Amino acid sequence: MEYLIIIIGAIFVNNIVLVQFLGICPFLGVSTKISTATGMSAAVMFVMTLATIVTYLAQTLILDPLHIEFMRTVTFILVIAALVQMVELIMKKVSPPLYQALGVFLPLITTNCAIMGVAILVIKKDFGLAESVVFAIATAIGFAIALIVFAGIREKLDLLDVPEAMKGAPIALITAGLLSLAFMGFSGMV
Amino acid sequence: MKIGKEFYRGFIKENPVFVLLLGMCPTLGVTGTAVNGLGMGLATTAVLIGSNMVISLLKNLIPEKVRIPVFIVVIASFVTIIELTMAAYLPDLNDQLGLFIPLIVVNCIILGRAEAFASKNGVGASILDGVVMGLGFAFALTLLGSVREILGFGSIFGIKFVAEEASTMLLFILPPGAFISLGILTAAINKLSMKKG
Repeated sequence: MEYLIIIIGAIFVNNIVLVQFLGICPFLGVSTKISTATGMSAAVMFVMTLATIVTYLAQTLILDPLHIEFMRTVTFILVIAALVQMVELIMKKVSPPLYQALGVFLPLITTNCAIMGVAILVIKKDFGLAESVVFAIATAIGFAIALIVFAGIREKLDLLDVPEAMKGAPIALITAGLLSLAFMGFSGMV
Repeated sequence: MKIGKEFYRGFIKENPVFVLLLGMCPTLGVTGTAVNGLGMGLATTAVLIGSNMVISLLKNLIPEKVRIPVFIVVIASFVTIIELTMAAYLPDLNDQLGLFIPLIVVNCIILGRAEAFASKNGVGASILDGVVMGLGFAFALTLLGSVREILGFGSIFGIKFVAEEASTMLLFILPPGAFISLGILTAAINKLSMKKG
């Protein structure tokens, strides 16, 4: 039951992109086609889950026992950057087709604030390891839903006659606003 | 005169938010009120000035291949300094901005300026670049925060100018309002620059 609440909360009620405003850069950047949006979502899900586990362990096994919690920002960003680099290398060697599909997105993920955001959130929420993993996966699903729905809308948007000044980012932002309004309908569910 | 031109570049022509669309997460996340927008903008400016200064001083010592990790460590150190300072002296603002303070470290504006400017230019020019770009970012956040606060709360910088029981457009404080206000603001800036050019 507890896990169900975490899952519904992370996917719908506190959607990472539309309600918490994390990971907006890829949300606006790679959402012009459904295929790239799907690739990015898969890469984010993979890295987010791994990064949350590794940063959680770094926090509980290194930072907490040594009482150097103030080093969290520095540690987490380095761990995430190294992890992304490592995933890239391993993927290239072990599974070239997967690398072909996700490789281009991996370097972008280091500066994706959703990854770092989730890593910090699970520490602030005092989650255990299992809860953290569930939370990370659910958050990534929420990210994927928002990104893919948005990409679908944007593909149609290309066919419309938008006023010159609204073309590109402005109309995308307003569309995202309407999508976010739709997600507000979930608030109060959990 | 050159300084005036630099400020024009940071505030309007190459405004990190309205023109380059960088640093969108804090832009949308913390601009519920003008004060929060300004606070976030100034915190980011402080980090940007510090990191630009240190990186331009170290630029000849950093090996080309590991420059990005080095930049990230420098930036993360300044973020930690700001985080601890704010927790000590501005606890209320720190609580309001919450997660977005440590997340300054992944703000693309800062790494972008380090890579594009500070690693190629002298200390003075890099500090000036940090000031200009940082204040341009703060300006955008304050503007967006003001618009949302005026429409959503009927106040500006916490000073209420409508009757206490007047109904305001709460939508603009909620997440959808952030997207919609920023969309309309960027459209307005596009319109202005189209007229000019």
